[in-house]
Amino acid sequence: MRQALLAAAAFALAISPAIAQDKPAAAAKPAASKKSAKSAAAPVEEKDAATLEFEKFRAKMIEEGNPAELFEAQGEEMWKTKRGPKNVSLAESCDLGLGVGVVKGAYVQMPRYFADAGKVMDAERRVVWCMVEKQGFKEADLHAKPFASGTYTPEQTSIVTFVAGHSRDMKFAVPLKDPHVKDVYEIGKEVVKHRAGPYDFSCNTCHGADGKRIRMQQLPNISTQKGAAMAVLGWPGYRMTGNVMLTHQWRMGDCFRQQRFPEPKYASDTVTALLTYMTANANGVTYTGPGIKR
Amino acid sequence: MGSPMKVRAQMKGDFADIKILMSHPMETGQRKDPKTNQTIPAVFIQQFTVEVGGKVVVQSETGTSISTNPVFGFKVKGAKAGDKVVVKWQDNKGDSRTDEATVA
Amino acid sequence: MDILRRTVLKGASASGVLAAALTAGLLKPTQVLAMEWNKAAFEAKDTPAAMKAVGAASAADSKDLKLNAPDIAENGAVVPVDVTSTIPNTLSIAVFIDKNPYPLSAAFNFANGAMADVALRLKMGQTSIVRAVAKTSDGKYFTASKEVKVTAGGCGG
Repeated sequence: MRQALLAAAAFALAISPAIAQDKPAAAAKPAASKKSAKSAAAPVEEKDAATLEFEKFRAKMIEEGNPAELFEAQGEEMWKTKRGPKNVSLAESCDLGLGVGVVKGAYVQMPRYFADAGKVMDAERRVVWCMVEKQGFKEADLHAKPFASGTYTPEQTSIVTFVAGHSRDMKFAVPLKDPHVKDVYEIGKEVVKHRAGPYDFSCNTCHGADGKRIRMQQLPNISTQKGAAMAVLGWPGYRMTGNVMLTHQWRMGDCFRQQRFPEPKYASDTVTALLTYMTANANGVTYTGPGIKR
Repeated sequence: MGSPMKVRAQMKGDFADIKILMSHPMETGQRKDPKTNQTIPAVFIQQFTVEVGGKVVVQSETGTSISTNPVFGFKVKGAKAGDKVVVKWQDNKGDSRTDEATVA
Repeated sequence: MDILRRTVLKGASASGVLAAALTAGLLKPTQVLAMEWNKAAFEAKDTPAAMKAVGAASAADSKDLKLNAPDIAENGAVVPVDVTSTIPNTLSIAVFIDKNPYPLSAAFNFANGAMADVALRLKMGQTSIVRAVAKTSDGKYFTASKEVKVTAGGCGG
């Protein structure tokens, strides 16, 4: 069974629609990081002074006013309103794993297996599934422009931010005891080893060991609980670059872009596998709610 | 009518700690749209006031060096729980927004 | 009532009048907001010109004016800064970013119990000195400054 799943994952990666490669000017970044990955001296497990200062000021900003709250409020509105061709609200129709309409604690218990869909799904994928199956929205429409840019924020981003806000101060608890989830976790563990693209990178090239960094940013080792926590905390996050609200699903795509991989299919099995792997590795860590990101 | 802002006010000892989160693009007028190469026109908050218990306590003028979705924090002595806090901003296009909160 | 059409930023005497008017509860938000935005100050291209446009004559450094900001900004688009003045009778605080195209970022006038204490978030184009200027009721100006580094950050994860 597992072999078939792994083969399917590898196949899915191979046939992901290719996007135009970024301009050569941007290539300087991966080269530099490759250098630092190779020449890393003693592994740095602790955070350096700059990172600590970043975190201190980020925490201050979150406490004083996180623009993510604006999107949480919008998402709440969307969750509670009757919408779509079926004119039904998500509040009265969407089960995020803890019962129809139950939002509190749902985010930290995903990805999880949903019998009605026959799939393990992460939060964003599940929200989109509910919007399509329960409200009647077209999947193609929701997949067309799924991430925020400029002044545009997709509905699912705001809804996921609202949902995530309701897991604030709760511990990550991805249900690894469920064999469906465990299988997808194992796929994720293989996906992060998979080398591809013009630089022959894998996720592990940057995130498979301690002590790596790209310029001012320390890179978390997502194979450890501490590193995985650094990777999953703060998503969905208000990104200061571009002042946009972005989700963990978005971040997976941006990682692929930075490795010069083809873009992953939105809300696909591969992305769910990656999110399952790293979120489960952070199990037990307290989620602090939507954050602020660089 | 501008987008809703979040206003929070909490008594901390002898002063009210006021936190304001505004929703506004604060476009500087210096960026170009990458697709059209046209300059994106400046749209930014130029002024705002903060009232507590019916009196203006802060009057502010702001410019294009303030971050998008601005956040401001103020401290007001003499305020008490139950006082109404009203924040009103206006931008260079004449748009405005008023939101309020009660001191907790 | 012409003098009230000028904001505190436009002249030494105007601020005293504005503060008095605010304190007396004479001005409602609509009236305050109807005052002209100080274009000359906000469009000045360097700090000395901007400070001149707000009427700030020679400002003396003061240890009682505190500017709290990161040494290195994680992202120049959102730099959190706090300015606190414990100088008695501080009426207003203005914040300048020397290397920004238009250094004056904001000015705040305090009345009716508001402390001379403000938290704000700045857009910085590059490493620069951030400068706070406080004005007291007797028309004196004080300053404090700090360099904030803005660098290319990382990958954004």
